[in-house]
Amino acid sequence: MNGGGANRFDAIVVGAGHNGLVNACYLARAGLKVQVLERNPYIGGAAVSRRLYDGFTYSNCSYVCSLLRTEIMRELELPRFGLQIIPYEGGCTLMSNGEHLAIYDNHDALRREFARHSRHDAEAYERYVRDMLRHCRFIKPLLLRTPPDPTSFRPRDLQELLFLGKQFHKLGETRMYDTLRFFTMSCADMLEEYFEREIVKAHLAGSSIIGTALGPRSPGSAYVLLHHYMGSIDGAVGAWGFARGGMGAITQALAASFTASGGAVRTGAPVAQILTRNGRAHGVVLQSGEELQAPIVVSNLDVKRTFLQTVAAQELPAEFLEQVRRFKIRGSSGKLNIALDGLPHFPAIPQGSPCTRGDMHVTDTLEMIERAYDDWKEGRWSRAPYIDMLIPTQIDPSMVPDGKHYMSVFVQYCPYRLAEGEWSAAQRQAFGETVIDTIARHSPDFRSLILHAEIRTPQDIENEVGLTEGNIFQGELTFDQLFFNRPLPGYAQYRSPLGGLYLCGSSNHPGGGVMGAPGANCARAILRDTGRGADPGRLS
Amino acid sequence: MLTESQPHFRQPLLRTPFHERARSLSQLDSFIPWSGYTSVDVFTSVEQEYFAIRNASSLYDLTPMVKYRISGTDALRFLNRLTTRDLSKLAPGRVAYTVWCNDEGQLIDDGTVFCLAAGDYRLCTAEWQLDWLRASAIGFDVEIREVTDEIAALAVQGPTSCKLLKSIGLAGIERLKPFEHATLAMPRTSAAPIALQVSRTGFTGDLGYELWMSPTDAEPVWDALMEVGSTRGVRAIGSRALNMARIEAGFLLPRVDFVSAAHTLLPGTERSPLELGLGWLVDFGKGHFTGRRALLAEKARGPRRQLVGLDVAGQKPAHAALLYTSRSGTRQAGSVTSAIWSPTCKRNIALAIVDAVHATTGATLWADIYLNRELVWERRMVPARVVERPFYAPARRRATPPADF
Repeated sequence: MNGGGANRFDAIVVGAGHNGLVNACYLARAGLKVQVLERNPYIGGAAVSRRLYDGFTYSNCSYVCSLLRTEIMRELELPRFGLQIIPYEGGCTLMSNGEHLAIYDNHDALRREFARHSRHDAEAYERYVRDMLRHCRFIKPLLLRTPPDPTSFRPRDLQELLFLGKQFHKLGETRMYDTLRFFTMSCADMLEEYFEREIVKAHLAGSSIIGTALGPRSPGSAYVLLHHYMGSIDGAVGAWGFARGGMGAITQALAASFTASGGAVRTGAPVAQILTRNGRAHGVVLQSGEELQAPIVVSNLDVKRTFLQTVAAQELPAEFLEQVRRFKIRGSSGKLNIALDGLPHFPAIPQGSPCTRGDMHVTDTLEMIERAYDDWKEGRWSRAPYIDMLIPTQIDPSMVPDGKHYMSVFVQYCPYRLAEGEWSAAQRQAFGETVIDTIARHSPDFRSLILHAEIRTPQDIENEVGLTEGNIFQGELTFDQLFFNRPLPGYAQYRSPLGGLYLCGSSNHPGGGVMGAPGANCARAILRDTGRGADPGRLS
Repeated sequence: MLTESQPHFRQPLLRTPFHERARSLSQLDSFIPWSGYTSVDVFTSVEQEYFAIRNASSLYDLTPMVKYRISGTDALRFLNRLTTRDLSKLAPGRVAYTVWCNDEGQLIDDGTVFCLAAGDYRLCTAEWQLDWLRASAIGFDVEIREVTDEIAALAVQGPTSCKLLKSIGLAGIERLKPFEHATLAMPRTSAAPIALQVSRTGFTGDLGYELWMSPTDAEPVWDALMEVGSTRGVRAIGSRALNMARIEAGFLLPRVDFVSAAHTLLPGTERSPLELGLGWLVDFGKGHFTGRRALLAEKARGPRRQLVGLDVAGQKPAHAALLYTSRSGTRQAGSVTSAIWSPTCKRNIALAIVDAVHATTGATLWADIYLNRELVWERRMVPARVVERPFYAPARRRATPPADF
């Protein structure tokens, strides 16, 4: 399209996160000359592996993988470019009374583990899994499709609405009601329909609050749980795993696939502004003042950062900007990355149990999680936080020296701004101590094994990764911000009020997590607009 | 009572009270999981074990079958609302085979109800049901307790089974009629007699009994049976041999011939008792039961599909074969769920789900069969005739008193 000039491209992708790279890959494969620009000296966005302590590789931000669409891995040949996803072997919640609830890969072992706590819950778990799988079956076909605009009469939108209607109708009467209820109910209400034991509910509730500014009793939290369930590893729906070499392996493989298709990535190239003329984007200007031209500009930034910081306000409709300003994207999560001198001992776990080779938690009642949320509402980090901790180096031999371990600790809740104001270094340290104390209560030797700990508040995540308020999903996954309302009503098809400017980040349908679907869907919209591909329908 | 040497994350499957005996007879180490227990698939040879069922007697460990004790003043009302049959006629000492459905009239499971005494029942099910039973118990004064691991169970099936049980001293066994149960004493020379609950029930379609006992009595009972029977063709059998017998008898196996509505993910894969040929178990006259309204509506419009028996040409079992209306294979009529070559009937038999229009006895369908000829695969379209079930129903299964062989 634009043959001449070193600074002229067919498309510029702002941000080398996983969605930016997925998007760039598809554009490059369609024959476009694509330039990816990343402000950090390294690529990856929130899917990075970094060495912040000698010999140790950390998955600094995102830390586990399930949602990355198989279709994308396959179409972009990511395994050929080095990607390998290894499933976990278990999971557990350590209880305050010294007991535990373990999750085992073996179905019979898992059943007996649940039955140890409640025979009823062991059976109810089967019903729960069935219902989650039923919901997944409804939602999964929608992930790699552009949401229809329900107010439009364009054939494409009508066709998509019809598809949605058909998918919905196929569920049958009872399941139609269940699905509708599910999207709006709280995770606690949902879990209480199945289980009698607090520990079972508390263990499962974790997925409903990770990354959100919701508590387990907030309406809408049930969907977040499903959002974490609809991934799969090699056909095992709901399974989670590690990217070998850390989460950066995903973006490294994407970048390799992209460059193999002729694309180019520039790191250390922060974009100051998206250039516009007559209601169209035509390029970007870097902070260095350098200008790059392209008739298509794709933003991997969240919707707020894109329109409030990177596009001149006078180019945008006022009401649109007001909606962007109101978009809910609240910081609620912190992260600790810890280098360990050895494997910590958890006395509650029986010797030889594989349940430490997966996600470990310490909140054993819904009440505890809700209280942790209360702290956040009051502008404090949770005094007894929900943590999702993993030691991937028990499975992945490539990340640390022999005998050492890396622990990723995701922390919920941690506010973007404290009640008393901005974060200070001392407060960050105190937050980290709270988390370390929480773990040490369940592992006497944990503290003594710590070689280095990186402590990250939502503000740190925003500063480093660029996610507004450090929200890992680029916007809350609540019903008012999902599907054809994501990110904003009328703009759910990856397009913007400016011609040539597209959004490919998790602010868009189907939302957050290292899924790649927004990037792929956005690429399809672009290719359709440039006459290179047909929409709707999946990329193939 | 069951001592486990290893924690469940190392050894996920439980062992039944017959396990040590079974393990010592197992020649192939061929075990499979069944409802959380280790169960024998084949001891020595499927054929030999199968012929023990049809020629002499077979011992099959059915301890893993899920069992619930249901008692209380509302126990009968509860069971009558839960299941499709009228159990008010079920007197103490009687057993009934029944099914239960969800509100949409789709099958959840089948099983047997033992009336132990007035207001006291045992429900034996193919799959765990506590969750459903509890939900169904709202508003009833009833206590439901899983007793699977409190009762060891052994099926003794085959033409010599009555004689075998007589020979271990179960006096009066010959008077037990089909679907009756009684507690009989098994005398021992150097110990107190063992109280054995014996029911004339089974999954083979042959003369046979099921023994229900305390786990501590399991080994002495097994030993007594083997001591008498081992020189008379009595064999311990695994699930593979039993599966052949149950197909001949036309019995259904959950997860093979139907998927419980409690597990289905895809809409439309549930099955109703009417579709599965179990309409005779549905009593519309007994008052309300779960699924009644939906089943009435289905009965009025006629089931969409029907489970049928097939007599397939040739000798290759029609495993998982698709069925077509004609040899050209253009229109699908259904699919096979279970298939074997029946050594007793000398017929190639199958159970299949077909569209209701094809379910008339005598209709001919075409089965798509793949033949492995030394790894050279060939596809054959063979005729499959819709026939009556059961494929095998010897008169001895109902005779009281039964003959000795």
